Amino acid sequence: MKPFATLLDRLVLTPSRNGKLKLLADYFRDTPDPDRGYGLAALAGTLDLKGVKPAMLRELVLERMDDVLFRYSYDYVGDLAETISLVWDGGAKDTVDDDHQPRLSEVVTRMNSLGRTETRSAVRDLLDRLDTSSRFAFLKLATGSLRIGVSARLAKQALSDMSGKDVTEIETLWHGLTPPYIPLFAWLEGKAEKPVLATPAIFHSVMLANPVEDGDLEKLDPADYAAEWKWDGIRIQMSSYGGTKKLYSRSGDDITGAFPDIVEAINFEGVIDGELLVGGTARSNNPTRTFSDLQQRLNRKTVTGKMIEEYPAFVRAYDLLFQGDEDIRAETYFERRKHLSDIIERAPHDRFDLSQLVPFTTWTELDTLRKQPPDPVIEGVMIKRKDSPYQAGRLKGPWFKWKRDPYNIDAVMLYAQRGHGKRSSYYSDFTFGVWTETPEGEELVPVGKAYFGFTDAELEVLDKFVRDNTTDRFGPVRAVRAEPDFGFVLEVAFEGINRSTRHKSGVAMRFPRIARLRQDKLPRDADRLATLTAMVDAKEA
Amino acid sequence: MSPGALLHPTPAGLFCPIGRFHVDPVRPVERALITHGHSDHARAGHTHVLATRQTLDIMRIRYGEDFCGSEQTAAFGEEIDLDGVRVSFHPAGHVLGSAQIAIEKDGLRIVVSGDYKRGIDPTCAPFVPVACDVFITEATFGLPVFHHPDPKDEVEKLFTSLQQFPERSHLIGAYALGKAQRVIRLIRDCGYSEPIYIHGALAKLCDYYVGQGIDLGEIRPATIEKSSPDTFRGAVIVGPPSAFQDRWARRFNEPLIAFASGWMMVRQRAKQGGVELPLVISDHCDWPELLSTIEEIGPSEVWVTHGREEALVRWCELKGIPAKPLHLVGYEDEGD
Repeated sequence: MKPFATLLDRLVLTPSRNGKLKLLADYFRDTPDPDRGYGLAALAGTLDLKGVKPAMLRELVLERMDDVLFRYSYDYVGDLAETISLVWDGGAKDTVDDDHQPRLSEVVTRMNSLGRTETRSAVRDLLDRLDTSSRFAFLKLATGSLRIGVSARLAKQALSDMSGKDVTEIETLWHGLTPPYIPLFAWLEGKAEKPVLATPAIFHSVMLANPVEDGDLEKLDPADYAAEWKWDGIRIQMSSYGGTKKLYSRSGDDITGAFPDIVEAINFEGVIDGELLVGGTARSNNPTRTFSDLQQRLNRKTVTGKMIEEYPAFVRAYDLLFQGDEDIRAETYFERRKHLSDIIERAPHDRFDLSQLVPFTTWTELDTLRKQPPDPVIEGVMIKRKDSPYQAGRLKGPWFKWKRDPYNIDAVMLYAQRGHGKRSSYYSDFTFGVWTETPEGEELVPVGKAYFGFTDAELEVLDKFVRDNTTDRFGPVRAVRAEPDFGFVLEVAFEGINRSTRHKSGVAMRFPRIARLRQDKLPRDADRLATLTAMVDAKEA
Repeated sequence: MSPGALLHPTPAGLFCPIGRFHVDPVRPVERALITHGHSDHARAGHTHVLATRQTLDIMRIRYGEDFCGSEQTAAFGEEIDLDGVRVSFHPAGHVLGSAQIAIEKDGLRIVVSGDYKRGIDPTCAPFVPVACDVFITEATFGLPVFHHPDPKDEVEKLFTSLQQFPERSHLIGAYALGKAQRVIRLIRDCGYSEPIYIHGALAKLCDYYVGQGIDLGEIRPATIEKSSPDTFRGAVIVGPPSAFQDRWARRFNEPLIAFASGWMMVRQRAKQGGVELPLVISDHCDWPELLSTIEEIGPSEVWVTHGREEALVRWCELKGIPAKPLHLVGYEDEGD
């Protein structure tokens, strides 16, 4: 348990991606099987561990401790697992040395083999035998809340870093393997052949597209690429093999139960990548309906007949990973598309259609099409290299997404906060606001916060402005001068905007970032809140 | 005599009306007895100061020649009569020169511990328990959550990080008096012999410690003028934590911020401070040490000064020891 606990302690406080990767790769390299496999599972969210209720933990700690002293401690620390790990009396500090503490694999095996009545004494015993930091790790695992800022994707990248194997190869195997991943580590370390998947009816990591950025397309020959409309639904994967039919979300969650209309209609074997939408398929001549209609069907475990009737779901297919049980991901996009087209042709017409190609010859032409799509549910175009194999992950080059322009406003910097890691000496997190009419006159109301989008050189400029124009301090936060004729205007780009009851301004942006520093503008030239609410209205109309 | 007649809290600090002196007063007074040199306990501007030689030296370094009207040195164990009250100074193990002050009259003895710790610290004299009727204890870490680990294990964490991130400059935040020198000495005792770089604010006090016979190894100023940025690749730099949020820190290569403090026991404290590598090294007692000290001394009454008074008072009540908080104001935890 100790190596995993130490890893967690460091990860929690390491803000940089590279720092995290280094810590993870070292852990995977230095920790023996099967512990590292369970560690990987805990980080990637695939660890199945019998849970422990917070109420039981509280009872355990109060068996040995005055409740008033416990309450003082909990009030101070604020986190139950951490409080218990710190105050636990009779712990391993004095009795069990590092070499004789339970290993992570022992903890997992033991917890999962317990009967209902045995949990309490087993947890007490484990807490006694672990040291403070391991107790914390154990309690976090057992209460199911790691929250340490490590994604499954980052953990896989660390596996790639430690072994030199391509991360897409790891992604390809990932969902066919289970903790403690012994064949995976054996392959990564060159001690065994690459593991072979038992059945294709599992979730396969999806291929992702990069957003088109300035200058990306100039370098590319449009003749090498094909385009499809980017529909505003959710990405799904259908797996059907040997009578097992599954529907997965893009992150691999099994959503089969919520879409019986689609699953029952599957009459093919293979793995299809596509967009889940509601409304009618292209060949049924009914319109595709909006994302808010689709939302009626999402996040449900089951679905009523009425729901299915009012919000019929269908899949707009765009790729084929397996044909039957044959893995065709190495074939080109056009070849895969040909096989896919055959399958969809024979599939029920009301539940499946094929994502159409958008013909174009120049990027300028595609740009025009992208900005004026023929259907309101289209949010841009996808650009795919005709000869690209299907590779899990987000590689730059084969696939792009080119959305309609993200939203853009001019806002005024109101507050700044110091960043983390290499930015810890810079004010790099900015709260910005726009003008609104109040009973006291025109005021700036905060509408969002952004901490990226600028270059290092621009950060120097921003940081200097903050330091030279601070008007107030609240802990790590500084308020800066923001007056109609003096202040800092920031051009903020964002992906979407919604109503919000949680924000004073009444709106919330998605992925705001600082697009440009507008030193050419005065705060009085910045946008008004009405502009933002109009964006929300336009979106809802 | 009731203990309160011999010593009681006032807005200026603890006051002995018979001996006409204050202990660690927070505002200028006629006669001040100072436990140790941290700025919340030792302030400038008193008319007469009684303290250990080292505490007086440290006050002179920090506040200048005229830090007080007149001074008197107290040797450890020496009994001094102040208007019929006998006072004596005893090692507190907190920082160089730190003392507990015993105050005695008509067979009643009160010990003001000041700040103290029980762990091993080669940079100062170890705590000596003094039998007394009333023990006045600090409670900086007076909560059951605080268990300070072996400081050498914490230094090992630093060494591990230096191996994992050999290109990054490791900046260790440590308060200028006491903690900085103790950390440097700990790093030396764990076998590190490379030069250690220090922020300018530490220079005079490090020199003073060395002059007092505490070997800190090779210390270099962390100034860029005399060295290239490459010098600080993988280097250990010690400075006051406040400097790390300043432009000063930019001269270092991908600085990795460590902080040597008892507060680092709590993850959220570390996270809020932007600390990547918390080193739980404290110059105060942790919870078990506070409890064992009270049990060892066995006073008939415990008064709790600054820190988390309520938990320690609660524990004393559970043990049947009369205890009360003094609610003194003006004592921050500069020393940790």
